[in-house]
Amino acid sequence: MTISIDPQKTNNESLQPKGWLRYFSFSLDHKVIGIQYLVCGFLFYLIGGTLASAIRIELASPMSDFMPRDVYNQVLTLHGTIMIFLWIVPVVNGAFGNYLIPFYVGARDMAFPRLNAVAFWLIPPSGLMLVASYFVEGAAQAGWTAYPPLSITTPQSGQIIWILSVLLLGGSSIFGGINFIATIIKLRRPGLKLMQLPMYCWAMLGTSLLVVLSTPVLAGTLILLSFDIIANTGFFNPVLGGNVVVYQHLFWFYSHPAVYIMVLPAFGLVSEILPVHARKPLFGYTTMVFSIMGIVVLGLVVWAHHMFTSGTPPWMRLFFTIATAFIAVPTGIKFFNWVATLWGGKISINSAMLFSCGFIINFVFGGITGVALAQVPFDIHVHDTYFVVAHFHYIVYGGTVFIIFSSIYHWFPKVTGKMLNEKLGILHFIITFIGFNLCFAPQHWLGLNGMPRRVAEYDPQFQFVNQISSLGALLMAISTIPFLINVFLSVRNGKNAGDNPWNALTPEWLTSSPPPVENWEGEAPLVEEPYGYGKEISEQK
Amino acid sequence: MTTLDSSKEIQKNNSDVNETHEDFRMFGLVTFLIADGMTFAGFFAAYLTYKAVNPLPDGAIYELELPIPTLNTILLLVSSATFHKAGKALLKDKNSDSQKWLLITAFLGIIFLICQLFEYFHLPFGLTDHLFASTFYALTGFHGLHVTLGTLMILIIAWQSRINGGRLNSQNMFPLEAVELYWHFVDGIWVILFIILYLL
Repeated sequence: MTISIDPQKTNNESLQPKGWLRYFSFSLDHKVIGIQYLVCGFLFYLIGGTLASAIRIELASPMSDFMPRDVYNQVLTLHGTIMIFLWIVPVVNGAFGNYLIPFYVGARDMAFPRLNAVAFWLIPPSGLMLVASYFVEGAAQAGWTAYPPLSITTPQSGQIIWILSVLLLGGSSIFGGINFIATIIKLRRPGLKLMQLPMYCWAMLGTSLLVVLSTPVLAGTLILLSFDIIANTGFFNPVLGGNVVVYQHLFWFYSHPAVYIMVLPAFGLVSEILPVHARKPLFGYTTMVFSIMGIVVLGLVVWAHHMFTSGTPPWMRLFFTIATAFIAVPTGIKFFNWVATLWGGKISINSAMLFSCGFIINFVFGGITGVALAQVPFDIHVHDTYFVVAHFHYIVYGGTVFIIFSSIYHWFPKVTGKMLNEKLGILHFIITFIGFNLCFAPQHWLGLNGMPRRVAEYDPQFQFVNQISSLGALLMAISTIPFLINVFLSVRNGKNAGDNPWNALTPEWLTSSPPPVENWEGEAPLVEEPYGYGKEISEQK
Repeated sequence: MTTLDSSKEIQKNNSDVNETHEDFRMFGLVTFLIADGMTFAGFFAAYLTYKAVNPLPDGAIYELELPIPTLNTILLLVSSATFHKAGKALLKDKNSDSQKWLLITAFLGIIFLICQLFEYFHLPFGLTDHLFASTFYALTGFHGLHVTLGTLMILIIAWQSRINGGRLNSQNMFPLEAVELYWHFVDGIWVILFIILYLL
């Protein structure tokens, strides 16, 4: 059965608001929705960043003098939840996925435009609800993991609002995942083969599979947890005969894949950016595809490495250690491929390239500590210390957030038709890179020496290193200023970018900047070699 | 795949371009049902783990009677068949037959829900009595929610398949096919639930 698209019904242009207003409307245009995701996510990033600064100010001294302990717990819970569920997941999936995937598959929009808009508009209310919970009876205090029995015994209203908010965000994520799978599998332009797709499509396909398979389990778990809180059942309450380890298993069945949901799209984006700015084809396309799929499969069977101190039996420890160590193989293949893509390339040193190279450096470091953490004896030593905090932020900030900034520098000319200022961009990179490493590298040392995470007070011997870390956090906060100035100046008076300022070959650059409503004047182009750089030179020889 | 008619002259104004593509709404629905199934999988995994590692307190009553759930299983399996009949009838443009079969299906769904409630009221344990009770109510309740939604959707498409002014006909089968797939999914989940919760 076929459906004929009646544009007047599906996307009535005359009824859609124009200009800035469309970003505040229930727009069905995938490009508008992508920007809505990005800007909304960035506003929450600013809130989450403010909370992070508050945490670092508190930790600059060993006593809890900046804020009371329970407020500290609320701040760290809000920081984690906002950064993960409202900044990284929506931006790296929703924003770039919505903007780029229809271009890459040669479509005029996503497969289900209405579902797409619904998925976005679930985010602002749930985010605001989460932030507002602070002003009710205090926000949730049990961390972004919401482990029972802590989450059952802390004040209820904040925890329930937290659960409700995460459920809505999970729903948004699932709707987005369904849309991406259908778009990539079903909406490809005729003649475009799967193995000709830009790498970001593969990354989003893998990510969406993880979203669809694992997010519902988190939803089910949180429903059971809310029963424990409201209806006094005992699923996870040991006093009533329940079992807290079951919560941990179910929670990490989502939340370990969640790390890949946050980082696989970044892998895809960096695979788009490096070939353009190094003027070389992406090295090892096929191995990249198989590594992504390998990470998806392995990512679903490693969750219990978060629970080595939860009384896991020896066979389980053995299995999950080995499975986790195996993930280093496909990830390592991807890293060698990126380095090989850069090798001998005609590299332009610009903001997008610098942030991508920063990503490679930071992520290798985070990956190595990840393999170390997978080993049971080491993990038991550093479990719940700052070592884990450092590892996690090297993956998620040093990895994904660096790529988000890299992608903004790369695609800003396409979205707005204006170039960003390179000097401010490089300044942004330098402050971010130094600040980030100054903030998180010392935390490895803190963790190895036994400083526990998630506490407002610590042993005074750690004060000096904590102050270095806080100084790094200050630099990270400052780094946002040149970025914001850059964006505001460039949107107003940036120099015109033209359709294809980077001379890139992927399909989104083959249309005007900014692109028209249905992406192309006329038929979508068929891009068989999205990474065919350097071909013309070798042909001349 | 998109069946883009490239031979047709493509006009400059995009909104006049005639494009058709395959109907992939069913594909989206299947993806959603896989996600929904994972929620149940999580619940089942939790239940089986509890059963294996969390002994109930002494004297806890958790015996389940089999007659009502067995009747319920039969009701749902029969309703799957009647729904299938409705689809066949609509395909042959027999709208009134289709509507009749849909109403029978919805009726079976309602009977299922009444039986379920009857069982709830006659069980010797309440929601918070012990871990088995809580898991039992959570699982059957979550499934019952699915049956309730399914029954409502069947009633809606039964209304839409009326002869005069109805939207459903042999040319527009998708709403019926979608609800049918959902209904079979809910039945399948019940069979698994019946085996795990009542028989094991």
